[in-house]
Amino acid sequence: MRRLGYVVLYVILIIIAIVQIFPLIWLFLFSLKDNQQIFAKSPFSLPDHPHWENYLKAWQGNIGTYFFNSIWISAVAIVLTVLFASMATFAITRMKWKLSKLVLGLFMVGLMIPLHSALIPLFKLYLSVNLIDNPTSVFLSYTAFHLPVTMMILLGFYYTLPKEIEEAAIMDGCSVNLLFVRIILPMTTSVLATTVIINMIYNWNEFVFVNTFISSDKYKTLTVGIQNFVGQYQTDWGPIGATLMISIVPIIILYIFFSNKIVEGMSSSAIKG
Amino acid sequence: MNKVMSNKWMITLYILPALLLLLILIYIPLVLSAYYGLMEWDGIGNMKFIGVGNFITAIQDMKFWSSVYHSFLLALFSALSLLAYLGISLILASNIKGSDILRKIYLIPMLLSSVAIAQLWIKVYNPTNGLLNSFLMAIGIDNPPAWLAEPSIVLYAIFIPILWQYAGFYILIYYAALKNIPESLVEAARIDGASPWQVAFKIKLPLIKGVFKVTIVLAIVGSLKYFDLIYVMTGGGPNGASEVMASYMYKVAFRSYDFGYGSAIGFLLLVITLIVTFIVRKLTVSDEKELQY
Repeated sequence: MRRLGYVVLYVILIIIAIVQIFPLIWLFLFSLKDNQQIFAKSPFSLPDHPHWENYLKAWQGNIGTYFFNSIWISAVAIVLTVLFASMATFAITRMKWKLSKLVLGLFMVGLMIPLHSALIPLFKLYLSVNLIDNPTSVFLSYTAFHLPVTMMILLGFYYTLPKEIEEAAIMDGCSVNLLFVRIILPMTTSVLATTVIINMIYNWNEFVFVNTFISSDKYKTLTVGIQNFVGQYQTDWGPIGATLMISIVPIIILYIFFSNKIVEGMSSSAIKG
Repeated sequence: MNKVMSNKWMITLYILPALLLLLILIYIPLVLSAYYGLMEWDGIGNMKFIGVGNFITAIQDMKFWSSVYHSFLLALFSALSLLAYLGISLILASNIKGSDILRKIYLIPMLLSSVAIAQLWIKVYNPTNGLLNSFLMAIGIDNPPAWLAEPSIVLYAIFIPILWQYAGFYILIYYAALKNIPESLVEAARIDGASPWQVAFKIKLPLIKGVFKVTIVLAIVGSLKYFDLIYVMTGGGPNGASEVMASYMYKVAFRSYDFGYGSAIGFLLLVITLIVTFIVRKLTVSDEKELQY
């Protein structure tokens, strides 16, 4: 009886796993089919032969440019976010000043704020300083809006750093800058890696800012680019599937290599401790 | 030591870059959204002060209220779905072999962009060639609905990918919390003759109550902010049947170029989110001092 119950539970868990990945497998299958196969044959059938030309078509339709933009805009935002968040977390957790609790509160409330409420004033702000249709507006927005969650991940770690180390360093005449760059940052590399990866996922997937602030094709990122591409190819499922695969695969590869870091980052971005 | 670490210049230097970005790009715009809400403005030309006109329009705008209703409905669905996630986590955390790999598979959709998920599910829901209707027709259901074109079901159809996307995330959080429960507690209860059900309901669930409360806030507040997936899948349609607060604000501002009214809706979105956050927090906080998560 116990054994049977165990098997039933197992089957439930496995069915859920299948539901979670099956749409993606289906996507991969139709990204390799031509329309004739997609529309005439069962959706569960394998492609007669892989139509890699779908991927070629996708890549030629500007996806290369979007892909490259996603990479460099994400990268710039990650550097700024992780650096500024580390500095701020350092100032809040290690330095002594009256307003530190209040400032920390400001950052944490930032986790709750709907970005759409700030969108129109942000649009106007960028318009007035000529940053509309300029990637700067995008990576600055990514940085500002991802600082709170990055600091949330860093905070738990900073609180556990032993005070003795910095006391000893200061006694030896180490300056604050040297302490931060030479001692604190190296001690936090493991949690820094987590924040880098989490920001990578967030930035790679971001849509609203690019969709609102960028109008030229040459600055668009993948998420917005996909939208354009789908609009052009409407009924041509193969290349659309290929485009979606191109946007998904980098994240999946990242996940295969860093799944533990991602799991850790995802849970500590939601819950302290 | 104290002197070095409380040097005002150093503190300013370290906190300022992040604080400036936070204030200039988040907090000041939030305040300005209330101010722009008092204007008539097409986004390009000059602003004209019209007082609270836009806010009065919002109060009388049925489309706005229906978007608020849809947002709240999604929030309710999301909160209820937490129970299913919790159930799955209880199974997963009860010494199941392969729980680690299962939980990682569950998380995959959470890592994908809402745009990719939306495009994929548009295909899944395709009336004739989609995964869902092909399956339904294969098992003998002749006239399956056109899921995203049917005003009476579109909101439920949109909730399925949301459920799919977030499952792994909440399961991950509950799983971690359940694994944090000291094994000795569970063992002691078992020795005293507690059944697996009693262990789950009397011991495990009360111990992760704090985490559950946090996730309720996350799920509800998160739902009030939904945008990407709905914007891409239906654009709020058909005929406003899947419009939510953020998508309505976006449409008013960036499609109809009524930036004054859009700002007013954006500000109302903020106010509603903050009020709901406050209420949910109050409701979920109990008398005893909880573990701080």
